[in-house]
Amino acid sequence: MGSPKVEIKDVAKSYEGKAVLQDVGLSVDVHEVVCLIGSSGSGKSTLLKCLNLLVPIDSGDILLDGKSIITGSVNPNEVRQKMGIVFQSFNLFPHMSVLQNVILSPTKVHGVSTGEATDLATQLLEQFGLLDKIHEYPDRLSGGQQQRVAVVRSLATKPELMLFDEVTSALDPELVAEVLGVIRGLKDDGMTMIIATHEMGFARDVGDRVCFLDQGVILEHGPAKQFFADPQEARTRQFLQRIIEAGRL
Amino acid sequence: MSGSQKTWTKMFALLAALLLVAAACGNSDDTDADAGGESGEGSGAASCAVEDLNLVTGGTLTVATGEPAFPPWVGVGDDNFDVPESKTGYEGSLVYALAADLGFADDDVVWVRTGFDEAIAPGPKNWDFNIQQYSITDVRDEVVDFSDPYYVTTQALVTFPDSEFANASSVGDLKGALLGAQIGTTSLDFIEDVIQPDTEANVYDENVDVEAAMNAGQIDGLVVDLPTAYFIIAVQVEGAIIAGQFDADAADPEQLGMLFAEGNSLVGCVNGALQNLKDNGTLQGLEDTWLTQDGGVPIIGN
Amino acid sequence: MSSVGPPSPEGPEIGRARLLPTGLGLRAILREEGARSALIAASSTVLLIGLVLWWVLSSEAWPAVQKQFFSPVHFRAAWPDVLGGFWLDIKMFLVAEVLILVIALLLAMIRSLRGPAFFPLRALVIIFIDLVRGIPIILLILLLGFGIPALQLTGVPNSALFWGVATLVISYSAYTAEVYRAGIESVHESQRMAARSLGLTQFQALRYVLVPQAIRNVVPALLNGFISLQKDVALVFVLGVREGVREAQIYTASTFNYTGYLAATVLFLSVSVPLARFTDWYTERDRRRKQAVGS
Repeated sequence: MGSPKVEIKDVAKSYEGKAVLQDVGLSVDVHEVVCLIGSSGSGKSTLLKCLNLLVPIDSGDILLDGKSIITGSVNPNEVRQKMGIVFQSFNLFPHMSVLQNVILSPTKVHGVSTGEATDLATQLLEQFGLLDKIHEYPDRLSGGQQQRVAVVRSLATKPELMLFDEVTSALDPELVAEVLGVIRGLKDDGMTMIIATHEMGFARDVGDRVCFLDQGVILEHGPAKQFFADPQEARTRQFLQRIIEAGRL
Repeated sequence: MSGSQKTWTKMFALLAALLLVAAACGNSDDTDADAGGESGEGSGAASCAVEDLNLVTGGTLTVATGEPAFPPWVGVGDDNFDVPESKTGYEGSLVYALAADLGFADDDVVWVRTGFDEAIAPGPKNWDFNIQQYSITDVRDEVVDFSDPYYVTTQALVTFPDSEFANASSVGDLKGALLGAQIGTTSLDFIEDVIQPDTEANVYDENVDVEAAMNAGQIDGLVVDLPTAYFIIAVQVEGAIIAGQFDADAADPEQLGMLFAEGNSLVGCVNGALQNLKDNGTLQGLEDTWLTQDGGVPIIGN
Repeated sequence: MSSVGPPSPEGPEIGRARLLPTGLGLRAILREEGARSALIAASSTVLLIGLVLWWVLSSEAWPAVQKQFFSPVHFRAAWPDVLGGFWLDIKMFLVAEVLILVIALLLAMIRSLRGPAFFPLRALVIIFIDLVRGIPIILLILLLGFGIPALQLTGVPNSALFWGVATLVISYSAYTAEVYRAGIESVHESQRMAARSLGLTQFQALRYVLVPQAIRNVVPALLNGFISLQKDVALVFVLGVREGVREAQIYTASTFNYTGYLAATVLFLSVSVPLARFTDWYTERDRRRKQAVGS
């Protein structure tokens, strides 16, 4: 693998005196897929939002392509243009059709003409099996369809890095597979991704590496297969044990 | 849904029907009132002795004036502004002269204040008569009673010396002027009936608002009765002048009368007293003291 | 959340009926109930109005009041001038409302910008809104309407009509900005985040994502503002402007007859009542639509 796409160095973040992230360090190479796992409140979501500069960090540094994105001179909008993020609750814009959702950023932020943006959107929607929904409004779509539209909306900005924040947690179980399938497809295309997820089987299959976060600290990380087969830390084993007991692995 | 819509329709229909009935009842009452209303006017009580007068408070003459009351009508002099008890000003001193003629001591005169609307609204009054430069007109006479006129005035134009209308010599020169007048005065009627300017005149509640509009340059000039015009240029609008008074023949001169509740028998006795003051020259004396100014004002003819 | 698309064809009534044990029979009873309550409502209304009318008409002073307030002759005489003045009210209302909707939205958007860089702008808007809302509107009209022209600034119009309408715009923009702001804040934070994550600037996020949803949420409140403004335009009469209420006053002052006010009342009601009914209708429809989507 080449030089790291993203480097997270000693990042700390606290809300109202409560530490949410402590000394977090992580580096992700180009084309690499890293899965973040851990119980709710362990800091996975916060870490992704810090990367996207939606949440400011208290200390540490984040490098994108070797350059810090934390210094004041960096325009957050330029950083976000290279980095797509998909949220647990989809967050589609309810007053816009699927097409309008997808072409908003390309036309308003990236200066692409409406025609060109529509062509790209049509192509992406077709690729993800959503072409027949192109003129629908979000509230007429199933959760899985909405989440796939959210992925398309993000991809339409041509990101170099995708962040997924528990994108299947709000879905009915039978709809989870279609969204995971989409992410698998992205891996096959070579997309660099950081995925916070509760789907352990998926993390094992898709992740090149897995990070286990516990109370804001990266407790353990390693190649996916090895992580699940032979966890080193007691807390990790405890966590995985509970998952297995719940029948989720 | 449809049930409640029907309810509404029914209720509106009934409401409309009831209102029609009320209006119909009202109409017949209206003609009755018009026919009978004026009959008592001017006939007066048999006796004008103080104890026989129709007063709101026995033995006391309760007189209403404006809130505030302005010179030169009431309260003239630095310490007397808005103090009718000072017996200064044309209307202020007239009331005491009338009271004396009717047989009241000065201390038996009690002043109360009313706004314009309170004075003319129907219903019981807490004053015997109201004096604040009411112009006598036939339409007004239908709902209130007026005394005989106690002053006849002409209208005057107040403006600034640098105004293009400062040298107007006929009403024709004022066609292009944006004029102002105070509400309820015959000045407004004068503007509309005689001057007929191209732009509709602005109308203000109070003297002070007219002053503000003059100072703000929102009007070219103000039409007002001559005595008030003197007060305005002396006190209210710095630097303003009286460009002229309008020819009295140009319209009915403005006659000021005291206002009484419709059908009040007191009006006859007050008219009697007023006639006495005219006959013995007292009224002319008051006019000379309070209203007549030195120096002539040019006439703005037709 | 916000709702899009046609309302559900099955209204809440069907939902309610489904809860009842037997569909058809009970629905018939419900319909009967509806007819009966309509009858009760109608007859009690008639009774109440009848009592009030009897009470008023039996007053000894009624003939005098009737003559001074409800005279058909004076109504006809006052009507043309009052109607002409009221037409000016309508024009002022329409011009002011359009300006208010635009300016208030800009103020609300500025107030919703985040981050220290925008602090001075935000502070200015907050000061403006607090000041304007803290002054009685009639006082503001007098202050600006007489005060600013008195400064005799070159290039600044001094017309009373101009400043009357300008003051209404200033005053109502402050109130309406707060309505918009409440609407913007009612849109879930995740929408702002999603917009920002796509690279939209704060202003773009407001313009394309938050404000369109916010407006939908505050339409009823905005319509209530319309009704209020439609009446408050009359206040510019203190500057000498001859609008409807002023014309009625002029008529009353010169004739001592109040029927001119009745003419003005009828005219104002002819606009504000339909506007109020429309607001209720819209609010109810909006509520149903939200319920339909939410269920």
